[in-house]
Amino acid sequence: MLIWLLIVPVLACLLIGLLSAPGRVTALVSASITMILGLYVVVVSMLPDFDTECLTTFCGIPLQFTTATPLCPLMLLLTVVVTFAALLGMHAPGKSAERSWSISTLLISAGATGAFLSDNIISFYAFHELALIPTFVMIGYYGRGERRTIAWRTTIYLGLASMVLLAGLVMLCIEMGTTSISQMHALVTVYGKLPGTPVTMGIISGLLLAGFGTLVSLFPFHSWAAPAYASAPTPIAMLHAGVLKKFGLYGLFTLAWALGPASRFLFEGWNEVLLVLLLGNVLWVGYVTVAQTRLDKMLGNSSVMHMGYLFLAFAAYVTSSGSNYLALQGAGMLMLAHGLSIAMLFLLAGQIEQRTGTLELCALGGLARRAPTLGFLFGLAGMASIGLPLLANFVGEFAIFLSCFVGWVPGASSDCGSGCGFLDSISSLLGGLGSVQLCVVFALWGLVISAVYMLRAIRRIFAGEIAPSCENVARLSCSEVLSASLLGALLLLFGIAPFLII
Amino acid sequence: MLQNLPWLFLALPLVAAAIDWLCLQRCPRAAACCSIASAAVCFALCVAYLCGMQTGSPGVYEWFPLPGYSLTLGLLMDALSMKMMLVVTGIGLLVHIFSTGYMSGDPSNHSRYFAGLSIFMFSMSCIVLADSLLFTFVGWELVGFSSYILIGHWYDRASAADAAKKAFITNRVGDFGFLIGILLTFGVFGTLSFSDMAGHQAVPAQSGVLTALVLCLFCGAVGKSAQFPLHVWLPDAMEGPTPVSALIHAATMVAAGVYMLVRLQVSMGTDAFSQTACTVICTVGAITALLAALMATQQDDIKRVLAYSTLSQLGYMVMAAGMLSGEAAMFHLYTHAWFKALLFLAAGAIIVRCHHEQDIWRMGGLRRKMPLTTLCFLMGACALVAVPGFSGFFSKEAILTAAWESSIPLFVIGALVAVLTTFYMVRLCLVAFCGSARAEGAEHAREAGPSMLLPLLILGVMALISGYGFIADTLVPFAGFHAHDFEFGVPFLTGLLALIAGGGLAWIMYGGKQKQPDTDPLTPRAFSRALRHRLYIDAFYDKVLVGGIQQWGAAIVHCLDDGVIRRLVGHGAALFTAWCGKILGKIQCGSLRAYVLVSALGLIAAMILFAFTIIH
Repeated sequence: MLIWLLIVPVLACLLIGLLSAPGRVTALVSASITMILGLYVVVVSMLPDFDTECLTTFCGIPLQFTTATPLCPLMLLLTVVVTFAALLGMHAPGKSAERSWSISTLLISAGATGAFLSDNIISFYAFHELALIPTFVMIGYYGRGERRTIAWRTTIYLGLASMVLLAGLVMLCIEMGTTSISQMHALVTVYGKLPGTPVTMGIISGLLLAGFGTLVSLFPFHSWAAPAYASAPTPIAMLHAGVLKKFGLYGLFTLAWALGPASRFLFEGWNEVLLVLLLGNVLWVGYVTVAQTRLDKMLGNSSVMHMGYLFLAFAAYVTSSGSNYLALQGAGMLMLAHGLSIAMLFLLAGQIEQRTGTLELCALGGLARRAPTLGFLFGLAGMASIGLPLLANFVGEFAIFLSCFVGWVPGASSDCGSGCGFLDSISSLLGGLGSVQLCVVFALWGLVISAVYMLRAIRRIFAGEIAPSCENVARLSCSEVLSASLLGALLLLFGIAPFLII
Repeated sequence: MLQNLPWLFLALPLVAAAIDWLCLQRCPRAAACCSIASAAVCFALCVAYLCGMQTGSPGVYEWFPLPGYSLTLGLLMDALSMKMMLVVTGIGLLVHIFSTGYMSGDPSNHSRYFAGLSIFMFSMSCIVLADSLLFTFVGWELVGFSSYILIGHWYDRASAADAAKKAFITNRVGDFGFLIGILLTFGVFGTLSFSDMAGHQAVPAQSGVLTALVLCLFCGAVGKSAQFPLHVWLPDAMEGPTPVSALIHAATMVAAGVYMLVRLQVSMGTDAFSQTACTVICTVGAITALLAALMATQQDDIKRVLAYSTLSQLGYMVMAAGMLSGEAAMFHLYTHAWFKALLFLAAGAIIVRCHHEQDIWRMGGLRRKMPLTTLCFLMGACALVAVPGFSGFFSKEAILTAAWESSIPLFVIGALVAVLTTFYMVRLCLVAFCGSARAEGAEHAREAGPSMLLPLLILGVMALISGYGFIADTLVPFAGFHAHDFEFGVPFLTGLLALIAGGGLAWIMYGGKQKQPDTDPLTPRAFSRALRHRLYIDAFYDKVLVGGIQQWGAAIVHCLDDGVIRRLVGHGAALFTAWCGKILGKIQCGSLRAYVLVSALGLIAAMILFAFTIIH
């Protein structure tokens, strides 16, 4: 049954492309079908004793699909919802553009769905490549600014990363003797198999981290991301930043889950490096974000920055030998929440640009007076992305931070008697903190950084005197409000009741 | 079912906020009624619980269930939290009622305003009733958010929008430490729940990690209760509507830091607070009290005088909490909530009636124009400067006594702050209420309407009586609180002396029949200039930390990121790809001879390989 999630959008693409069916309407119908189907799959796969065989077979033929990996339902939900919202809020410049925008949106979505559902590592990889192609094309043809250069740079960057990743995946499959994720999980948990000698494990994990890391814009391989998002047409930016980028993290977490206790040995050698690099994401890119003067660049960089927290969860997860559920579920929650919130932000940024003709922060001002609904929705998404409680991002971030302290025991060196001074207590504390905990302490500063850039953007765009560009702006249309509200409502729902999808 | 009744404290305001915001955008009157109704029901519920209603322990909300460790949210209903709830809902209700009068002539969106108030009531209740640090933190961030939207209520005013942003970000800096503290607590105690922390023996008391943990948690209080060096946001927060200043920035939210410290002392036990930690907390409180009182003496804006006075009183409370005298801290928190809300609301009534004039040097003679409001304001002022018999007298006495018993330097600072407090309040009253009107607005002022007067009178009564034992013993948010009998000792004499000294000084400077200056006669002095510029602390933050380090740092990082990392990694990747292309391109040179040569070489290589494998 899962295969329908792929067949429907591909059929819709064919209808639009070959039979010139109306682009947006056809795509919306397809997205509605996949959304309903996807929600059904998410619900049933969460039921405790549900036989998933009917999902993974097609006309009696078993397919290498699964919903059994822990993050799969969350990612599926994210994909179908963001696709629907992207198509609903889409404004293409002209009829033919509308067709190609719809086709690429559907193809990216289908590729991402296929990747998240795959049980086979090779098809998992191939689906992602399928989704990347329309991304490049759309940036190259319909992007903003120096679109050709940016499209080429992104292509080279991600192309190389995919090759590195493929090498890592193939080596892993050879060492484990299987290409199936579920079989790998069984081999490790039942037979305690290790993926090779320490040296090969080091090579494999290095390749995986570099490959997946580049796809998720891990510092210092992040330079492609912000320009690409800033340049891409709105639905493409929404889908790539919101959904497709999660492929890398999903891959890392799923493999670490499949390898269970063995994941610790696999990634041990790179853990300290990863901790330093993720601080680069949070702090370095955080300050890069503060320096941005255009909204789209700022959002792109903020999305890179937030990936740091997810790598933090990954570090906590693998150091616990895969027993840290808080890290895994927190990361799943944050991936979902970040996808929803960044997609919402890009959607609203597109609507701001369409109305005012600019995204330069200094050219905007007082927009909330003219378009209060836009202001409210942007504020909601902005607050979600900086981790305000009652919104889903907070749940993920808090769970991740807390998960890093699961299993930590205050160091023995902290015992220094009653006469200890202030400096003593700090040094003993630093001695008592492990590397992951220390990394969290630094990463928490990111909460301040994200408040700085997001509140500054909201202040510049929506508050203060009304700028000339914001003088005569149209209110949001019904479909625009609906698409953003859908994302906002889900952020609120999962923020208040995260247990629904844990 | 009935046992979950306390969850209404959270559900009602949240639902009211949602209804105001989503459904009642166009009918502000209904929105106001909706919010007032929710606050009234919460207040009634709170009174019912304090009168002894029992409904059993409320259920726990499984927020983030996991196989190993679940994150749950629950309500803790003890004397500390329920009596604090009475302060919050009581003052909250009065402020809601006052707001209808205050906002009536304002053209902005009232539904948004009342929704903001309701969100605030919800989040403050979260902090007060939280049974774990997780829940406290949820409320902690949300009160920051509601304060952000209420300070920025008039967001088209640049100063209001900037003040809102500043408040949120400054609080986030404090929360950075608070969150580290929460994580360390989880690491050390293995739980975030207040009731499980008690009697935990895993960590030896006084150990370094415990000190660090307490100090990190204290950072949260420094941000929320606006202690030095994060005090800068509170005076700016006066850009918001005055009822908001009364509720959030005087009576309840800013006191949350003190409440949290006392809650920790109750649940972890005072043993967890090592000598080092206590010294730091006391010092921060004392510095704040002193600096803020100094700055208050030279402010011209009536709300700013009150804002600095709030800072200084919060300093007192934090000092008391640092002296491990949670009883005194909570007593002062409780009396301060009533009389400071009164002062702010009375100031709000004056501001409205003087046509939005906030400069005290453009007021004057208000005692004849607005006698009842003046009376209320004076009662609040008497309580603040601790005139014997008023509520503030008893609680300040408690703090001074605690300081006298624990450390002489702190006592001296406390006494000095008391002198300054009297000085600036007497100055304010003399300038604003005595003499004759200095400007058009004050000339035409008239008595406030009933929706504003009623809350003022109720608060006035509370400012007078809330310190006496018969009412304090039942209402002060501290388990087993007992108002001490009056003692004729050093603290009392010092307090009296401070009252006379401060009042006398102010009378010499600003009093007298013939004097009616239009500006502060101290203005030309250097120290006055420094105090008016807030001792240049804000300027230092703006210029050096924000404009200098952050702006330039971010710009430099951005340049390096773009110039070095993008070029190095990005161009490196591009060059590598191009190089691969060139090498592979060379093979496809199109020359038949070269192809034949390569095939021949390949053939030979293959033959050698096969030959070797055959031989071996």
